[in-house]
Amino acid sequence: MALLEVTDLKVHFKTDDGIVKAVDGVSYTVESGQAMGIVGESGSGKSVSSLTVMGLTRFSSNAMISGSIRFDGRDLLAASDEDMRKLRGNDMAMIFQDPLSSLHPFYKIGDQLVEAIRAHRDVSKAQALDRTVEMLGLVGIPEPRRRVDSYPHEFSGGMRQRVMIAMALINDPKLLIADEPTTALDVTVQAQILDLIQRLQRELDTAIVMITHDLGVVAEVTDEIAVMYAGRVVEYAGKDTIFAAPEHPYTWGLLKSIPRLDSPRGEELVPIPGRPPSLIIKPSGCAFHPRCPYVREAHTKIDPQLAPAADAGNGGGHKHEVACLLPAQTRRALWAALRTGEVPEQVLEHVDVPETAVDKEAVGEVLAPAGTEVAEGVVAEGSAAEPAPEPATAPAGETEETPS
Amino acid sequence: MLPFIIRRLLWMVVLLLVISFLTYIIFYTLPAADPAALRAGRQPTPELLASIKKSLGLDKPWYIQYLKYLQRLVFHFDFGYSYQNQVSVKSQIFDRLPATAALAVGAAIVWLLIGIPVGIISAIKRGTWMDRIAMGGALVAISAPVYWLGLVSLYLFSKDLGKIPLFEGQGAYPSSGNIFTKPGEVIPALIMPWFVLAASFAAIYARFLRGNLLETMSEDYIRTARSKGLRERTVVFKHGVRSAITPIVTILGLDLGILLGGAILTETVFNIPGVGRLAFDAIQKSDLPTVQGTVLMGAFFIIILNLVVDVVYAFLDPRVRY
Amino acid sequence: MSTNGGVKLFEINDLTKHFPLKQGIIFQRQVGAVRAVDGISFDVFEGETLGLVGESGCGKSTTARLITRLLEPTDGSIVYKGQDIAHSSRSELKPLRRDMQMIFQDPYSSLNPRKTVGSIIGEPFVIHRLENDEATRKKRVQELMDVVGLNPEHYNRFPHEFSGGQRQRIGVARAIALKPKLVVADEPVSALDVSIQAQIINLLSQLQRELGLTIIFIAHDLSVVRHVCDRVAVMYLGKIVELADADQLFEHPRHPYTGALLSAVPVPDPRLAREKHRQVLGGDVPSPTNPPPACRFHTRCPKAQDGKCNVEEPFLEPKEGGNIAACHFPLTDEEIAARVPTAAA
Repeated sequence: MALLEVTDLKVHFKTDDGIVKAVDGVSYTVESGQAMGIVGESGSGKSVSSLTVMGLTRFSSNAMISGSIRFDGRDLLAASDEDMRKLRGNDMAMIFQDPLSSLHPFYKIGDQLVEAIRAHRDVSKAQALDRTVEMLGLVGIPEPRRRVDSYPHEFSGGMRQRVMIAMALINDPKLLIADEPTTALDVTVQAQILDLIQRLQRELDTAIVMITHDLGVVAEVTDEIAVMYAGRVVEYAGKDTIFAAPEHPYTWGLLKSIPRLDSPRGEELVPIPGRPPSLIIKPSGCAFHPRCPYVREAHTKIDPQLAPAADAGNGGGHKHEVACLLPAQTRRALWAALRTGEVPEQVLEHVDVPETAVDKEAVGEVLAPAGTEVAEGVVAEGSAAEPAPEPATAPAGETEETPS
Repeated sequence: MLPFIIRRLLWMVVLLLVISFLTYIIFYTLPAADPAALRAGRQPTPELLASIKKSLGLDKPWYIQYLKYLQRLVFHFDFGYSYQNQVSVKSQIFDRLPATAALAVGAAIVWLLIGIPVGIISAIKRGTWMDRIAMGGALVAISAPVYWLGLVSLYLFSKDLGKIPLFEGQGAYPSSGNIFTKPGEVIPALIMPWFVLAASFAAIYARFLRGNLLETMSEDYIRTARSKGLRERTVVFKHGVRSAITPIVTILGLDLGILLGGAILTETVFNIPGVGRLAFDAIQKSDLPTVQGTVLMGAFFIIILNLVVDVVYAFLDPRVRY
Repeated sequence: MSTNGGVKLFEINDLTKHFPLKQGIIFQRQVGAVRAVDGISFDVFEGETLGLVGESGCGKSTTARLITRLLEPTDGSIVYKGQDIAHSSRSELKPLRRDMQMIFQDPYSSLNPRKTVGSIIGEPFVIHRLENDEATRKKRVQELMDVVGLNPEHYNRFPHEFSGGQRQRIGVARAIALKPKLVVADEPVSALDVSIQAQIINLLSQLQRELGLTIIFIAHDLSVVRHVCDRVAVMYLGKIVELADADQLFEHPRHPYTGALLSAVPVPDPRLAREKHRQVLGGDVPSPTNPPPACRFHTRCPKAQDGKCNVEEPFLEPKEGGNIAACHFPLTDEEIAARVPTAAA
């Protein structure tokens, strides 16, 4: 049984401008001891979905939550506020982006950590203080016994984030959610913190959900990755597969638009055109369609569901799901061309994107055998039989051979 | 911290000097009644006027008068003598100071005890009927002038005049003695003045705390406190209110400082012999020494309380370092 | 474009900026200083894109403000067109301001929310008394909006009606309005979403080609810098520790700090991530009020040697491969290959 199972989670906020569909049907699972990455940009819903797992969204009076979240077998959405409070900071914990504003400026850090322990354990202050000192040492704070009397503003950014990590792990949680933990830090400090998180995860066998927009971070730290866009998971796969054989145009767009230290200097960045959509009035059909270079008319009408990709099962035991209406064959052909360094315009010149055929399984409820009409003029196709390229050997290094 | 305090105290001396000088200038440039004439009575002879002027030292040029005043003040702590009745200004002020202080401090306690809980509850129950009534009432309390409120409360509640006699009213303050020597007489007489004076302040503090607390509750460290699994009561009070209340300390100091210089309107409505009344009478009678004395005393309180507030703030907020 | 035959636009020598720390009861004495920039020297060639990288507190933003004379240096010289502008007065600087412009990091706070987009972009013309006719100015502004990818019809809209990426475009349009020679971009894409960053980066490259701009590009994101810049200077605690062509710097970094920086950047390639023996620098950046003696990096440097690095300050000198670095024990090719897997073998 998975440690955390999120199924069709929806979190909508009632605002004066309308209903903001921050999370619009998200499903994923995290196993014990595993590290999962959630990748997305602002407005993707990555933070809100995790705050909802922690039960923190309940404090917003205008939030409407539906779906299912099961943690360690318990239904979290049905749990009482008091039950959720007992889980928070105890069995599941969260760390946030800005460690300076996340710690109370008026209290010593020792006191803040002791408070975290005594909220869930019946121990004396002295015992709690001992555990605090132990934890601070574990996360690499020098002279912990002396530094428990320091205030947050007396630490550097990296040290503060270590304090946050200590505070989150102090009650031995089964799950740690890290929301952009290194974005506000310098790059050398970021390396230290990521190292620390990985080490602690191994030593304490904690499951981790790492939320970030930085694909480099997930490449280092995670086992599985969920890519989110406009409140949905659009692609979900093992880490190697996401980077070697992704199947969603947004994932392609992300991979091609970020400057990387390991790609040729001269290679032009291919930005994703347009900007992230409004969450109040989402685009019809596929939410990504206004920015997708491979859009067809059917994509403006049908909302794709998360469905198994063609190579499901090939990625070292991880499943691979994608929410895209393009037929599986087409997707693989497109990526094969993109990966060699071509831009979408060039790719479209020689890869045929069918006008009316769509991936039947992405269409969702309308399950129809291959070849039948799904909507007016739209034909659903089954997944093709040919196997996908092996992710483990898929050389991202092919691009290195093109002369710079 | 110590160099900071010393620096502020030195600045205070400079400020008080400047204030005393400005008061003198204002007094002499504004058209006002001639104090000698006021003193002399009806239709004085020129000789009488001249002799009164001489006795008050008014025949000398103003800068000489100022220097003499300063000399007496600095070396002898002598504020001079009232033009009206030759009574020592210093003794008059110190006689009346306990009344003003009792009024100001008592009102402060009342407005804190009312304003702070109202502010907190309004913030927690934001948008509910409790919040709306509280803020609506606050608006009324802020808009009502204090003398109007005083007169209305006298009309309603005063034991000698009121419709619903509950409290001692105008004139109930004993003519001699103060809150330390005659608490049994002074305190009942101050109950209505305390509430009247406190009304608008309580409203302001409630609104201010409400806004501050709402803002504080959306800070990141509140999210952290909740994600640690703390009880909501702990989150609101130990983490939220603790942050939101520190600016209240600042404005409390400022308000108290101003009130200690004399709450003129309240003192007048309720016939309390405080420093405010003294100052008001002195201005009307062009009694420069008394005016000067009350102004300096008021300024002193404001400056000192500003300093106290800044120092206290450093203890409340560890990020502040002087 | 590269150094273009080496025409120097700016010659910076020993540039220094100390922010004094004062203490005292009545008279404030200076007890120390934040040594934000502590004697740096470099040239800026016409037409190139020079990158300035470093972590917080290294002085890169202060350097940018010194070059554009938003700050006055404590010491050193800034020679532009043969003239040292380090201590020029405001009136002397005014005509030069047309030639140097800045783009700022935060698109949300660097635009005046009370002014329309048209007036923000048109303001440089007004200040320098060009295009005095309102109609022609509007036309010029709309041309600029088109060039940066904004809809010219939005001339009368306010900044809050635009997205972050669009606001940054507004900032770019304002910066290039007077066709400056130098544009200093201070972290122009850090506050933007990943998919928008590429749009702005491409825009800057395109404008540079079309207008022949010289760009000083300040960033902490090394991947972005590598993509955009021809030459790169690495700063640490107020000093330049390495200066080299971008290719050279990223493939053969010589200064151990540069090596550590490159090693620390997480690369979006799981295979490389697995193979990497990442060099994780210990400790924090020391305070710029009290930098370590001699080589400022020696307290954290894996190659530091007692008796040399903490005694004798290294100066910028050419090292193997053409990089200029300030180090007694620069990285060897083997060390680079082991610690910086993204560098070429």
